Amino acid sequence: MAEEFAVRMVNVTKTFGHVTANDKVYLELRKGEILSLLGENGSGKTTLMNMLSGIYFPDSGQIYINGREVTIASPHDAYELGIGMVHQHFKLVDVLTAAENIALGLPGGVMVDRKAIAAKVRQICDRYGFDVDPDKKIYDMSVSEKQTLEIVKTLYRGAEILILDEPTAVLTPQETEKLFAVMRNMRDDGKSIIIITHKLNEVLEISDRVTVLRKGEYIGDMDTAKADVRALTDMMVGRTVTLNIQRDEPASPQRRLEIRNLTVRDKDGVTRLDDINLDVYAGEILGVAGISGCGQKELLEAIAGLQPAVSGSSIKYRPTGPEGPAEELLGLGPRAVSDRGIRLAFVPEDRLGMGLVASMNIAGNMMLKEYRSGKSPLVERRRPYDMARDIVRELEVVTPSIETPVRQLSGGNVQKVLVGREIALHPTVLMSAYAVRGLDINTSYTIYRLLNEQKKAGVAVIYVGEDLDVLLQLCDRIAVLCGGRLNDIVDGRTATKEQVGYLMTNFRREAGA
Amino acid sequence: MTNHEPLIHIARRDGLVWWRAWCIRLAAAVLALLVSALFIYSITKLNPVKVYAAMWEGAFGSPRRAWVTARDASILLCIGVGLAPAFMMRFWNVGAEGQMLMGGCATAAVLIYGGGALSTFQLLLVSTVASVAAGALWGVIPALFKARWNTNETLFTLMMNYIAIQITCFLVALWENPKGSNSVGVINQQTQAGWLPALFGKQYLLNVVIVLVLTVAMYLYLKYTKHGYEISVVGESENTARYAGISVKRVIVRTMALSGAVCGLSGFIAVAGASHTISTSTAGGRGFTAIIVAWMAKFNTFVMVLIALLLVFLEKGAVQIASQFHLNDYASDVVTGIILFFLLGSEFFIQYTVRFRSHGRNNEEVQA
Repeated sequence: MAEEFAVRMVNVTKTFGHVTANDKVYLELRKGEILSLLGENGSGKTTLMNMLSGIYFPDSGQIYINGREVTIASPHDAYELGIGMVHQHFKLVDVLTAAENIALGLPGGVMVDRKAIAAKVRQICDRYGFDVDPDKKIYDMSVSEKQTLEIVKTLYRGAEILILDEPTAVLTPQETEKLFAVMRNMRDDGKSIIIITHKLNEVLEISDRVTVLRKGEYIGDMDTAKADVRALTDMMVGRTVTLNIQRDEPASPQRRLEIRNLTVRDKDGVTRLDDINLDVYAGEILGVAGISGCGQKELLEAIAGLQPAVSGSSIKYRPTGPEGPAEELLGLGPRAVSDRGIRLAFVPEDRLGMGLVASMNIAGNMMLKEYRSGKSPLVERRRPYDMARDIVRELEVVTPSIETPVRQLSGGNVQKVLVGREIALHPTVLMSAYAVRGLDINTSYTIYRLLNEQKKAGVAVIYVGEDLDVLLQLCDRIAVLCGGRLNDIVDGRTATKEQVGYLMTNFRREAGA
Repeated sequence: MTNHEPLIHIARRDGLVWWRAWCIRLAAAVLALLVSALFIYSITKLNPVKVYAAMWEGAFGSPRRAWVTARDASILLCIGVGLAPAFMMRFWNVGAEGQMLMGGCATAAVLIYGGGALSTFQLLLVSTVASVAAGALWGVIPALFKARWNTNETLFTLMMNYIAIQITCFLVALWENPKGSNSVGVINQQTQAGWLPALFGKQYLLNVVIVLVLTVAMYLYLKYTKHGYEISVVGESENTARYAGISVKRVIVRTMALSGAVCGLSGFIAVAGASHTISTSTAGGRGFTAIIVAWMAKFNTFVMVLIALLLVFLEKGAVQIASQFHLNDYASDVVTGIILFFLLGSEFFIQYTVRFRSHGRNNEEVQA
């Protein structure tokens, strides 16, 4: 009976301070199956898996591996039990090669037998269909290659039970397909796999069974063959969420930004953006699609004044109102831009490392862009607190108090604080990078709603996204970047997923002009 | 393979009510005294209570001693206050020693060269400005390099200390008085020109007042001003600062100028208000001790008052028990060490909670 399960977790509870991350959670993983662990953000998926991989130790509850009760007190214990976890943030040493990274931490002498390792790596790759070059340095690798290497690393160490923490978050659709193929190969070879995700279509596509957590509690599990999106959503959020994103016709769009010949090179002289020409209109949502690292970040940062551009580039801002002189934004810097009364709102990808001050409370973060206003050398105290209270109330930010450092909030609440602040600036341009990455469905919809409200209010909204379904349902136009170049601009209402996906990976004018 | 729950289990606390945190600190202090007592008795067979009384005697036994303690604590506090803005910015200024020495040298120069020409008030004014400028210069140099070329400020400020020490050596040789003594001697001993005057008949009261004013001012500056806000943002994340339109370079240079200036001023107080001479031991390692002051107080300048007093008290007490009981210095250093160990260690128990394996739970499992 017990032999049937590779993993059983029974009544596992874990608390952090006053927060109960897992409350008597129950999980079973059969041998040779792929199990999805599904839940909104903050539902305790990663915490549960961290207990299985020895990073956290449960407050109470039992863990059985292959039917035997075990204590996993460290990652080493987990590894001895054949449990390997691939984290969202890879744990690789940049300056070493793939083989050297695999050899790190292995028992044995000081000497590393590179040949033997490389041979075994190739053997694993051939068996499951991985594509890893053992001699390649990590810094030369794409995100997908690094992830593959992490999986190979766990297999190399003899993992029979694999845990993948949101592996598709960083992958393109094509790369995701490849990952799913090797996951199936591994399953067929008898490995047991847990994949943490909150993407329902992936749950249905890849897994045999699904376990659902909600707010740290075990909700249930079912065979995916019997599940559908509606049923899983209900289990996950506890109530039905409309899956349609609202999209109004833009009301009298007006040109707000004129981007001309925008070329950006990084410190090493590598061209990140190549001759971009793009207009951004007030009252519409412009989507920006592209494989990650194709110039999205540089585009937004150039507009925000954080990214110097090659001479000849131009970003002109046309003010609101009947007619005013267009102003050149490039070369001004964020402070000069705001001093000119141009209100650019920017929700960057790195929320805590760029958009917010992690150690400060919500009120302190409210001041970030406006603390300078007024002649007094002292900062204003009242207004930020009022703003903070408004945002907490209107966006339903879950926080012990507005004095709590934002670092202690969950991802979705951090984003609400950030987006709330940017919108409170009454911007004329609102840029957002991966605004719903890592957020649960409810919070994502809150963000879509806020963006739509801004569009209606006549703000030029730029939405850099990765989920094509969302881009196609939210945006009026979609600019597709490919390797730093603007491949095409498509109509969000008529374009298809395949079309955008193709534009992301194949540059149209490659051979031609 | 381990098949049991680990014996000790450490978890981060969610933030402790302030009075409970202080209870833990108090408990640590009591524990430190108990352990020290045990140590004292087992090694020296002395009555620990008497030894503690002697420590108190050494630091506060007479008005004179109490004022010396206050004088030294205020200088230490002044340096700690100077370090606060730099540390808030996560700029590891370990160059307070040098910044203080440069401030001291500037003060000594003004006193020596202006001693006959200017009134005491003018001398004090000029030497204050000179010491602040010298300290600020010593702080700004590493800041400029950090801002422009991203040099490592810890190494840079540390090296600047040695340059300052060499400059001080040179000046001591230059100003040697009397010749051959290899020291500057007391400057303006007859006229007392340029010395910080006594306030209400108390020689060191003015030192204390100046430093306390600085302490309050720095607290307000860091907490309530736009500059203070910028310092916090830059300290947390330079990326966020740039995003908010803060000029990171300017904030770094400006803050280090301030940090160096206050450290320079501590040199002024040490020379014009305390020793009335200059030597390489004018700073005497206090620039480094102040790092402990700043860190233990978590950059809160009001808490620094307590820490600075405690450290100076321990130092004075140690000297006293060494001489009174004919112990060597090491014995008193051990006592100081034990007390610091417990106080620093208590911070761990404020941040974290430690639970031991409970036997009850294991029994439950057996039954289940």
